[in-house]
Amino acid sequence: MLRFVVRRLALLVPILLGLSILLFLWVRALPGGPAEALLGERATPEAVERVRRLYGLDRPWYEQYFTWVGNLLRGDLGVSTRTQHPVLEELLRTFPATMELALTAMIFAVGVGIPLGYFAARRHGSWLDHLSVAGSLFGITIPVFFLGYMLKFVFAEKLGILPTDGRQDPLLDVVHPTGFYVLDGLVSGNLEAFADAFQHLILPGIALGTIPLAIVVRITRASVLDVLHEDYVRTAEAKGLKPATIRGRHVLRNAMLPIITIIGLQVGLLLGGAVLTETVFAFPGFGKFIADSIMARDYAVLQGFILFTAVVFVLVNLLVDIAYGLIDPRVRVA
Amino acid sequence: MSLLKVEELSVVFRQRGREDVRAVDGVSFSVAPGETVGLVGESGCGKSVTSLAVMGLLPRRGVLVEGSIAFDGTELLTLPADKLRTLRGRDMAIVFQDPMSSLNPVVPIGVQVTEVLVRHRGLSSGEARAEAAELLRRVGIPDPARRLREYPHQLSGGMRQRALIAAALACSPRLLIADEPTTALDVTIQAQILELLKGLVADTGTALVLITHDLGVVAGMCDTVHVMYSGRIVERASRHELFASPRHPYTAGLLASVPRLDRPRGERLEPIQGSPRDTLPWSRGCAFAPRCRNRVDECARAAPELHGGSHSLRCFNPIEAKAVNR
Repeated sequence: MLRFVVRRLALLVPILLGLSILLFLWVRALPGGPAEALLGERATPEAVERVRRLYGLDRPWYEQYFTWVGNLLRGDLGVSTRTQHPVLEELLRTFPATMELALTAMIFAVGVGIPLGYFAARRHGSWLDHLSVAGSLFGITIPVFFLGYMLKFVFAEKLGILPTDGRQDPLLDVVHPTGFYVLDGLVSGNLEAFADAFQHLILPGIALGTIPLAIVVRITRASVLDVLHEDYVRTAEAKGLKPATIRGRHVLRNAMLPIITIIGLQVGLLLGGAVLTETVFAFPGFGKFIADSIMARDYAVLQGFILFTAVVFVLVNLLVDIAYGLIDPRVRVA
Repeated sequence: MSLLKVEELSVVFRQRGREDVRAVDGVSFSVAPGETVGLVGESGCGKSVTSLAVMGLLPRRGVLVEGSIAFDGTELLTLPADKLRTLRGRDMAIVFQDPMSSLNPVVPIGVQVTEVLVRHRGLSSGEARAEAAELLRRVGIPDPARRLREYPHQLSGGMRQRALIAAALACSPRLLIADEPTTALDVTIQAQILELLKGLVADTGTALVLITHDLGVVAGMCDTVHVMYSGRIVERASRHELFASPRHPYTAGLLASVPRLDRPRGERLEPIQGSPRDTLPWSRGCAFAPRCRNRVDECARAAPELHGGSHSLRCFNPIEAKAVNR
């Protein structure tokens, strides 16, 4: 198992190398550049040239690349041309926000989706089953921004029980040692800040989690339906085992494999940021920051952030593979 | 006194938009402690459905079960689900045909045996492990301590079937149903498994219902044999009678299609004509009539009743009884 993990981590090196070159070329292939974006439409060619020289953009791309990689290896991701803050600092500020949001969305999707999918399969053909199939189709097709505004309208505007946007009530006196606001509230012993940060996550978490929820319901239902027809489930029934044992040990454990794959893919996607949700809820996360940086042709931010997303994606998939091995002994041998 | 008494059992599968399928049609038989009863027939004759009905393992939706199944005087068909669950695995157990698919691939063999002990005998997991190792040893699995930790894919086919039998025997059930227990195994392993089951009946007085299409298995094991065709029992006799003097043309056909060492070499086997699909509904006549060599006009007009005493059969024009010397 350890060898497997090490081998997979080693595989990260060529992936990141190739991706970084592609990325580097891609951001430079975008029309315009940071200088033009900074100076606006009416900038004189001389001014643009001056800014390009300032950021070293006048040198050949491979020279820029090696400088960038050299700095990267020393932990320096460069400075954002848009905000003038170090890229690493921006990353550490926005990523925890997105991670909190993504985890909330996934907890919602998995916590509701697996039981719903399971009982839909168990009562195959019943009204609950039909409702879950229809509901998940609805969940997949409903536009995220529309759902976001509807949630805000009902729960924040009309009922007034949840905050409309942001990550925290700005009037609260709080400290942020970790950058994860929910965790910060706990760490600093400020329960009010903890509750506030959590409340701010509920609506965006539901909006972002609806599509993953619909997918988890469908996959769980299909997977459980498959497993329920397996002979070993009949064997378990024949042993007179308690329904809970049959459900956990014999049905769900086998049905988990495809579900975990889907969860891994969804988590990877969500950690890459959720532009629409973050925009609707004015949530200062990763996705919104990248979108803004694309507009500003902020090369350093794009390179750093997207490379970081790739690392996260590979790590999440590694976790999925490890989970596979833990659940299914046949995978371990292979 | 019989341990299991099945009377007029019928199982109907209903599906919306399709005609009902009557898989089992008025089947009656009984099994006494220490007795081995065979249910014999081709695929689709209803023998497996009968065993599932006895165990209460048929799906509830879309399946209509009628008649009576009494286990030690308790009517199973009306027994609440949780009571039935307590009986299953403890007092009555079943061994299925395909040992690969009948074992959970992601759960160690040990757990699949101990879970029965923990559930029905309330053993702690430590006690259950010791007991499970002993069970594996009893069914002839060498190095049981190691096998307990292994997964089904690490065991051979014969060993998997032994593991399934071990799980079925865990609580010393009074009734064991073996549904084609040797079909997926090669011949030498078959013999070992049958030997194991036979020893079990002799040692513990377990009542055994053996479901098979293989008359060779029946010949070695059963006290009484019920031959099924298209959901009904067509002939019932002691093993000795049945093999010496089969009277239903279907039984005779089955026997003629078994290769035997005491027949001259080069003699052709005689298959039964047609396939099980060439069947008449029992409501219109004898289901076997379209394939029968002894068919008479009456066969297509009405269904024969099961008649006769210890050797009973369902036929208008049976084969002459031979004198059976005992």
